[in-house]
Amino acid sequence: MDTLILSRIQFGANISFHILFPTITIALGWVLLFFKLRFSRTGDEKWVEAYRFWVKIFALSFAMGVVSGITMSFQFGTNWPGFMESVGNIAGPLLAYEVMTAFFLEAVFLGIMLFGMSKVPGWLHTLATFLVAFGTTMSAFWILVLNSWMHTPAGFEMRDGVAYATDWFAIIFNPSMPIRMTHMLLASGLTVAFLLAGISAFRWLIGDRSAGVRATIKTGLTMAALLIPIQIFAGDLHGLNTLEHQPQKIAAMEGNWETQSNVPLILFGIPNEELRTTDYTVEIPNMASIILKHSADGVVPGLNDFVTDDGTVQHPPVAPVFYAFRIMVGTGFAMLFLSWAAVFFMARKRRGVEGLPKPMLYALVPMAFSGWVATLAGWYTTEIGRQPWLVQGVLSTEAAVADVASPMVLTTLIAYLTVYAVLLAAYIGVLFYLARKAANGERLGPRVPVAQQAPVVAAE
Amino acid sequence: MTLFGDPAVWLPLAFALLLGVSILVYVILDGFDLGVGVLFPFAEDDEKDRMIASIGPFWDANETWLVLAVGILLVAFPTAHGAILTALYLPVAIMLIGLILRGVAFEFRAKAPAPHKATWNMVFYFGSMMTSLSQGYMLGLYIMGLEITPFTLLFASVTAIALTVAYSFIGATWLILKTDGALQEKAVAWSRSGLWGVIIGLGTVSLASPLVSPRIFEKWFAMPEFFLLLPLPLMSAALIALLWLALKRLPTSDDSWSWFPFAATIVLFVLGYFGMAYSFYPFVVPDQLTIYEAASAPESLFIIFIGTCFVLPMILGYTALAYTVFRGKATSLSYE
Repeated sequence: MDTLILSRIQFGANISFHILFPTITIALGWVLLFFKLRFSRTGDEKWVEAYRFWVKIFALSFAMGVVSGITMSFQFGTNWPGFMESVGNIAGPLLAYEVMTAFFLEAVFLGIMLFGMSKVPGWLHTLATFLVAFGTTMSAFWILVLNSWMHTPAGFEMRDGVAYATDWFAIIFNPSMPIRMTHMLLASGLTVAFLLAGISAFRWLIGDRSAGVRATIKTGLTMAALLIPIQIFAGDLHGLNTLEHQPQKIAAMEGNWETQSNVPLILFGIPNEELRTTDYTVEIPNMASIILKHSADGVVPGLNDFVTDDGTVQHPPVAPVFYAFRIMVGTGFAMLFLSWAAVFFMARKRRGVEGLPKPMLYALVPMAFSGWVATLAGWYTTEIGRQPWLVQGVLSTEAAVADVASPMVLTTLIAYLTVYAVLLAAYIGVLFYLARKAANGERLGPRVPVAQQAPVVAAE
Repeated sequence: MTLFGDPAVWLPLAFALLLGVSILVYVILDGFDLGVGVLFPFAEDDEKDRMIASIGPFWDANETWLVLAVGILLVAFPTAHGAILTALYLPVAIMLIGLILRGVAFEFRAKAPAPHKATWNMVFYFGSMMTSLSQGYMLGLYIMGLEITPFTLLFASVTAIALTVAYSFIGATWLILKTDGALQEKAVAWSRSGLWGVIIGLGTVSLASPLVSPRIFEKWFAMPEFFLLLPLPLMSAALIALLWLALKRLPTSDDSWSWFPFAATIVLFVLGYFGMAYSFYPFVVPDQLTIYEAASAPESLFIIFIGTCFVLPMILGYTALAYTVFRGKATSLSYE
């Protein structure tokens, strides 16, 4: 394999591993603040219990996010020097603002948030928790501004192959930024909602009946049931935005080759890039036209419009975009079904968590990671959907790659993949270990507060 | 923008200064927590918890200075960023994996099942070693102008060890400040042996740089620069002598002067760093690319500069707050 494809796999692997953790910490920071505020409002111990358990998972996720994020900042230089050489005047300030307004804020106050509870006044600890949550969100803001600009560049001019900023407002609020930001923050909220519900369902299933577990199952499921319809709506808006600015991506998502009216919605199928058709389709007539153009005979662009006269393909590879999109949508509807059904069962006869049928609790445990699946599938859809461009219409991916020998890239790729696989396994293992430990701690001594503190582990 | 004259001149200089300060702060701050990791195998298990407790609230923010440094290099000197990082491809990858491993080991060693703790302690040590060694290796190659020959590789190996020893030294002096009892005594002993490594390391780099680069030789041994610069090595020598005296007498019964080795080491790092910065100015890629040639468009730099003027004092402010909150001897960390 050549350097380009290896470098792409490497960056893809790094950013896929990285995004798992910010997706958790962005929303979990706010959820922890919610737990804290609920406690100061009600004085109910269950909120402290919830806070104590989830702050551990927050700390672990945060560390995973930080270290994998550092890797990203270096890989711009080691593997993609053409990116900064060409659009550095735009990307640079955005990244700089991310480091200065977000990274330091979250990193410094994380120390106080995690270890300072007994060392600082209550208000300062709450403030630190707020600033960490705010910092993670700011970080998401700046990085999504840059990412959106790469999809829908605006506010710049090209001089000798280098982009120069002409309008910072247009750069920051570029056409796809508001909707992409919304879509990603909601994705983070949903990831955390299902993580809360899933891990708490696991604790419930192994016999944990503490008030804290009840509170987190309810919080998670309510959050999920509220956010998922908004997310589906936001996703639809995002699709319309993409249709306007990157029609070839929509064509690949729909598996639609010819620009035509009355385009069916393909539920399943196998895109065939050789023959340029989509085979074995299961479809709903006219539905793609209706979704995208709000009329049955609306004209939807097809992939064949994005092949130049000399046969150069200027649209993304179809199969990965097509499949990734279906995985994301499928996961989204599973989330909708499960969370609404769960809220219904909890509300029925006001039985709360007891009202949840056992199979549903079992289903919630693997769904703890459904947010990860949907988020990754969504990112693959949008990022692969931008190919062959790195910055849409401005810089091709091929032009930005470093001239590093491919065996070298392969070696580091294998090293990264090994480390990531081990760490991911360890991370998931520790999540369930912490859940079991918390569950057992409660069961051993529900009325003896001392038992809870028995294993004093430093640096916990 | 014409306030200070031509922005194409003062902006690159301002960002070079900012880059220099970020690297320096990083080397000092992450230096001590990397050093604590390097010292891990010499400590008993319960001491390891205390050592982690002394750096736990800080390490994350410390590493952010590295992100800031590479970020400034990336945004202010994009061509240099590409040239340096592609030349250092492999050591950068090793450093990154090291940083990943030690960063997560912090968390896993406390949260994973108890039997796994020893493994994560090892991971923490190896991660710290990988990071320190590869940073020293990169420093050596950078001094050698990023050229790869058997001699430069040998030199880089020496600086790799020298920087690791320097990190372990500042780590040990940090432990003198943050601990007491048996661990503090151990830290004093580690510092005493480490001091020799620092002397050898500083000496090697200081002598080798002018010898391999005529340009650097010229900058140091021309008149009257030689006399203007003379205080630098003299002050370093005096500090090393004071450190040697202090380490002979520490720990004191009332814990007075336990701050001194750490403070003196910081000054030593600053002096050494200043010497190095002087040697390389105005180059950002040694002998190839100056900061003026490598700089981004002034318009973009100005946007960042404005932000920096507001944000940097805030960063320094809340960093100071964090060090104040967690001042004093390190106790075991808890979320309570």
